[in-house]
Amino acid sequence: MMSEKHTASDTLVSFRGVQKSYDGASLIVKNLDLDIRKGEFLTMLGPSGSGKTTCLMMLAGFETPTHGEIRLGDKLLNHVPPHKRNIGMVFQNYALFPHMTVAENLAYPLTIRKMGKSEITDRVKKALGMVKLDALANRYPGQMSGGQQQRVALARALVFEPQLVLMDEPLGALDKQLREHMQLEIKHIHENLGITVVYVTHDQGEALTMSDRVAVFKDGIIQQIDAANVLYEKPVNSFVANFIGENNTLHGEVVALHDQHCTVRLGNGDTVQAAAVCVGQAGEATSMSIRPERVRLSRHAEACENRLQARLAEFIYFGDHVRLRLDVAGQSGFMVKVPAGELDSSWKVGDKLDIGWMARDIRALDASVYTH
Amino acid sequence: MLEVMPTMSQTLTVNAPLTAADGELLTVKLAREHRNKQLKAVALVAPLAIFLLLTFLVPIFMLLGRSVDNPEVVTHLPATSQLIASWDRRALPSEEVFQAMARDLTAAKEAKTVPEVAKRLNMDISGFRSLIQKTARKMPLELAAGETMRDRFIQMDERWGDPDHWHVIAKNAKSWTPYYLYSSLDLRETKAGTPELAPEEERAFISIFGRTLWISFWVTVFCLLLGYPLAYWLANLPARKSNLLMILVLLPFWTSVLVRVASWIVLLQREGLINSALMNLGIIGEPLQLAFNRVGVYIAMVHILLPFVILPAYSVMKSIPPTYMRAAISLGDHPFAAFWKIYFPQTVAGVAAGALLVFIMCIGYYITPALLGSPEEQMVSYYVAFYTNVTINWGMAAALGSLLLIATMTLYGLYSKLVGANKLSLG
Ligand SMILES: Nc1ncnc2c1ncn2[C@@H]1O[C@H](COP(=O)(O)OP(=O)(O)OP(=O)(O)O)[C@@H](O)[C@H]1O
Ligand SMILES: [Mg+2]
Repeated sequence: MMSEKHTASDTLVSFRGVQKSYDGASLIVKNLDLDIRKGEFLTMLGPSGSGKTTCLMMLAGFETPTHGEIRLGDKLLNHVPPHKRNIGMVFQNYALFPHMTVAENLAYPLTIRKMGKSEITDRVKKALGMVKLDALANRYPGQMSGGQQQRVALARALVFEPQLVLMDEPLGALDKQLREHMQLEIKHIHENLGITVVYVTHDQGEALTMSDRVAVFKDGIIQQIDAANVLYEKPVNSFVANFIGENNTLHGEVVALHDQHCTVRLGNGDTVQAAAVCVGQAGEATSMSIRPERVRLSRHAEACENRLQARLAEFIYFGDHVRLRLDVAGQSGFMVKVPAGELDSSWKVGDKLDIGWMARDIRALDASVYTH
Repeated sequence: MLEVMPTMSQTLTVNAPLTAADGELLTVKLAREHRNKQLKAVALVAPLAIFLLLTFLVPIFMLLGRSVDNPEVVTHLPATSQLIASWDRRALPSEEVFQAMARDLTAAKEAKTVPEVAKRLNMDISGFRSLIQKTARKMPLELAAGETMRDRFIQMDERWGDPDHWHVIAKNAKSWTPYYLYSSLDLRETKAGTPELAPEEERAFISIFGRTLWISFWVTVFCLLLGYPLAYWLANLPARKSNLLMILVLLPFWTSVLVRVASWIVLLQREGLINSALMNLGIIGEPLQLAFNRVGVYIAMVHILLPFVILPAYSVMKSIPPTYMRAAISLGDHPFAAFWKIYFPQTVAGVAAGALLVFIMCIGYYITPALLGSPEEQMVSYYVAFYTNVTINWGMAAALGSLLLIATMTLYGLYSKLVGANKLSLG
């Protein structure tokens, strides 16, 4: 949808019909078509083993696609060896050369490019300034903390000014606080330099906060590629709905389908109006997805197109808000978020509550595995 | 919780010494606990330490001691040794010295220790053995009236009138001597006590040491040339395959060196498998001389010592993640250049350790050159064995052994200076 607004000249990298198999029997990447725009921060997100690293390695040139084309600008990359691709790379284990100082590490790509001494010194200095490590130029990697090493790795991938930088779970080895800090720092550097970043992670929070667009991978197929908010609000299938953010699922059967809308009957006979996103025809099983914050309770539910009765099963206290776990239409594990101030003190476990939501907020998707 | 707070802040603000629950000063208590821990550690290590002391350090020090030990003259000619110390070392020694000599030889004859003295003195001047034995046989002497012991001695054999012979006795009248160490380096002691190079025709050990180092050097080089690529290959193979191949590398360890050398003889000799195979294939007309020369020694030693390069190299290579090379290549370096600049330096410490191990083992090698080499390939250890088993000259054996030990220690010191103190250990 969004790609229509962009012309081909905006595209920096394009994958066309790319496939990859290591053993010749199973495809790790199945028919990948992907355009990465100039200056974009694109994240590949997906569970372990979904082929993210493989895609990145094909782009970097360390793996060759068994089928299809990869282009950088208008150059076909398939037969360009990795050291001629001029793509910066950041690895999860930093991969800083342990026998070289920080400055020597940064100078490495510049020496290869036969730059003059003074220019190298200038650039190294600038790059170190960018990651705020000016004071540590003469340290060896072994003498630095993980976060510092990761910054050096970042600086080294940027110092030769590649137009494209690949990062494979660069923050995976850092603790939570440092990771969040580094996320912002990487994002700022991306904004300041205007480079294109392809970032791999299996941390969805990281993907949502940093990226312009997120490509959700599963089993070597991109399930959906969109901006973070679109991904969250409008998942196209059950996998994306469940993988990104918190999600409530209601299983049922489509009884009527017209255009963008459908009517779904739940197990207890109640019917729900939902946006038809990924359903084929009436009679099919479906899993509907609704975000916890879209569910309204008691009084607020009165104006909703869908209204149901739920049984309150548990209160979970979170400080700023309280989550209510409900049993809805015989299905358990339905979560609702209530701001701490709006909690009705008369509610208690076992109470019947009225809940409701707008038809456009619940999306009928492909049937996922029904678990009680 | 809240009740504790005031006490805690009081303690902190007053800054009084902290005490443990039983009222004892905390610092004292902690120090005692620390000491107990240390004692326990010592107790755990002690058995091994004692074992090492008895089986390793003590023998080494005894060996070093043996190489300068010089007991024969001092023990068996005690009176002479004492008196000759004050000799001016120009003219002949005084009459008292001659008389002491006569007394000592008489005692030695009774104690049957004459051959030991004779053998020791014979090392410095050949013919001294017969002189001592001849003189001792005549003991005890009855002096005629007015006759001096000195005259009698010279009359018996005119060599007693030669100050050089007395010099040798005087030199050996100390309980230690640099003689063996000097000899092991083709040196000899001048009259002034300084070392000088022995005359050319008497030199032997410098060239033997040189040969030992030279053979060891080449064996190490060949081991590196063969072992490094193999270790690299093994380290980059999937685990299952590399484990299997590792067994092949280790297989030689499970057979004795003697068996391996013997099988090399079978393979390499004139009518051996290799020669007959090459002849049958028509590649050569004459059998090649592969055994009982340098080639055979190199082949067998490299084969035996190869695992000592492969194993440490393999273990460092295993610990280098492939991302280093990938990083270097992604930064624009050609894979070969990246290998030399990034991969190789990281393996140097491990590979050097392996090479050092091989070199050190080489310089002490005995069996392989003894069985597969000509006399031209015999190394220092051969002579150590020769002096211990054939001539029973513990002094020379110990001196050669000590020099080998010193060479090893020097190498090790060099290694740890070059590699040990390197920043690599920090990475
Ligand atoms: N060199 C290889 N040889 C054979 N199979 C491989 C190789 N590299 C990856 N695979 C397989 O390909 C699949 C996808 O791997 P990939 O590393 O791309 O996953 P990923 O999405 O990056 O996962 P993670 O989040 O765990 O890093 C996995 O099943 C993996 O076992
Ligand atoms: Mg991965």
